[in-house]
Amino acid sequence: MGSEKPNTPVLHHSITPVSPLVWQLISFVLFFGLWELAGRWPISFSFPPFSKTLLALVSMIADGSLARAYLSTLQPLIIGIALAGVIGIGFGIAMGLSRSIEWFSLPIFIVLQAAPMAAIIPLITYMYGIGILSKVLAVVVLAAPVIVMNSYKGIRNTNPSLIQMCRAFLGTKRQEVLKIVLPHASALIFAGLRLGVAMGFIGIVIAELLITPTGIGDLITYNSSVADYPQMFAAIVSIIIFAALTINALERLERKLFPPEMRGLEHAG
Amino acid sequence: MPADAIVEVKAVGKVYETGVEALAHIDLALPQGKLSTLLGPSGCGKTTLLKIIAGLIPPTRGEVWVKGKMVDGPGAERAFVFQDFALLPWGNVLRNVAFGLELRGLPEAQRYEIARRHIAEVGLTTFETSYPHQLSGGMRQRVGLARALTVDADIILMDEPFSSVDEQTRRKFQEELLDLLRHKNKTVIFVTHSIEEAAYLSDQIFLLSPRPGTISKIIQPNIDRHGRNPDEIRRDKNYLDTVDEIWQILKHYV
Repeated sequence: MGSEKPNTPVLHHSITPVSPLVWQLISFVLFFGLWELAGRWPISFSFPPFSKTLLALVSMIADGSLARAYLSTLQPLIIGIALAGVIGIGFGIAMGLSRSIEWFSLPIFIVLQAAPMAAIIPLITYMYGIGILSKVLAVVVLAAPVIVMNSYKGIRNTNPSLIQMCRAFLGTKRQEVLKIVLPHASALIFAGLRLGVAMGFIGIVIAELLITPTGIGDLITYNSSVADYPQMFAAIVSIIIFAALTINALERLERKLFPPEMRGLEHAG
Repeated sequence: MPADAIVEVKAVGKVYETGVEALAHIDLALPQGKLSTLLGPSGCGKTTLLKIIAGLIPPTRGEVWVKGKMVDGPGAERAFVFQDFALLPWGNVLRNVAFGLELRGLPEAQRYEIARRHIAEVGLTTFETSYPHQLSGGMRQRVGLARALTVDADIILMDEPFSSVDEQTRRKFQEELLDLLRHKNKTVIFVTHSIEEAAYLSDQIFLLSPRPGTISKIIQPNIDRHGRNPDEIRRDKNYLDTVDEIWQILKHYV
């Protein structure tokens, strides 16, 4: 038995002889070149050219002010993401497994996910003051809805045929959850965490700008108030790059941990 | 009811929540050790009937009895082969084949040993560590069949197992299935919409007519398969007559 060939992956050759890396480099050079020109022209007194921003960034790295700022920014961010992760995944799974919890809380989370949650941050400050607690809450409030919704969808989207298979082979409800539903949902749950981290970055920056200036928010507000625009821009650019690199690393990790074909997305049926 | 019936379907009817009547008053007796086919056009409720026998769907009316016990859910004496294979995409061939035993709590070494035997039977020994996405449709269904064999059920329920497999693979698979079952004394209930497949494989064919599903005729092909190769069987007069007889009935529903 068994003379059929297994599926072999089809290799896609790129049409252009130039490697994508070259195109990416050209894109960067163009972007920073235009920035430099715009800064020198200048389009605004408060818009520094790329070169000055880069120098300011180097000096802030050298004198340790950037590192200190990140140390204080990352604390509420990490605590907030951890809290939102535990609560959000737990809640999302509960919603996916129980019809009554779903009925009760799905509308709330659909609204929360669509609502501009940043608007709630002044209220948080009013209730919980200006300490780290408020900043953690700001991160949780922004990150939790997407984590909950992704976990919920992951559970709900389990292939019904796999669940029937589990029942047909005498699996218990517990085995069905542990061996079918959760492994099946794990990729979407992780994707939810990644989106939650992206929302968390937004949350922490808003919190540090709105509640009390600390960390990166402090660098931005302080340098803006003393009109040191290169330093202010350097702080802004650094958090953008930092967030982008973190999200990108999480995306790579996700592809490594949960390759699409292992999630059953590739095979038909 | 015949004395040697292993599965008995008594006055089973199924009405879905949407109000659609899938099955109306089905009576069947399936003999031990034989291959019986439920054949009919799409929408005749043949898969529903198979899943009711499997205990995966409760009937609205009537009862199913298996080995003298009334069915109220899946049981150890029945194993199911799914149309869409239903393999864990994150499990390799070995884990998938052993999955039924894993659910029964058998230790890993023991269940892998049993699984390896059945993987060899379906000719996948060199693919033990492959994942479903690396296999062709035919190979995936071999995994599905091996999984059903590992739990050592007396009755194997097959829901259009070859429908997503290409024609050449399908023929080969049919031959292998007959070969495999000849030595095992398994009772097989096989759902298909292919007249040739039903005539080629079956000891007994239940023809279903649609809307709502009822048994319109029972046919016993009476083809002598012993010691004959597949091409001889496909030229057998009884085989050709059976195909024609079924077509004469089914063409009214198309």
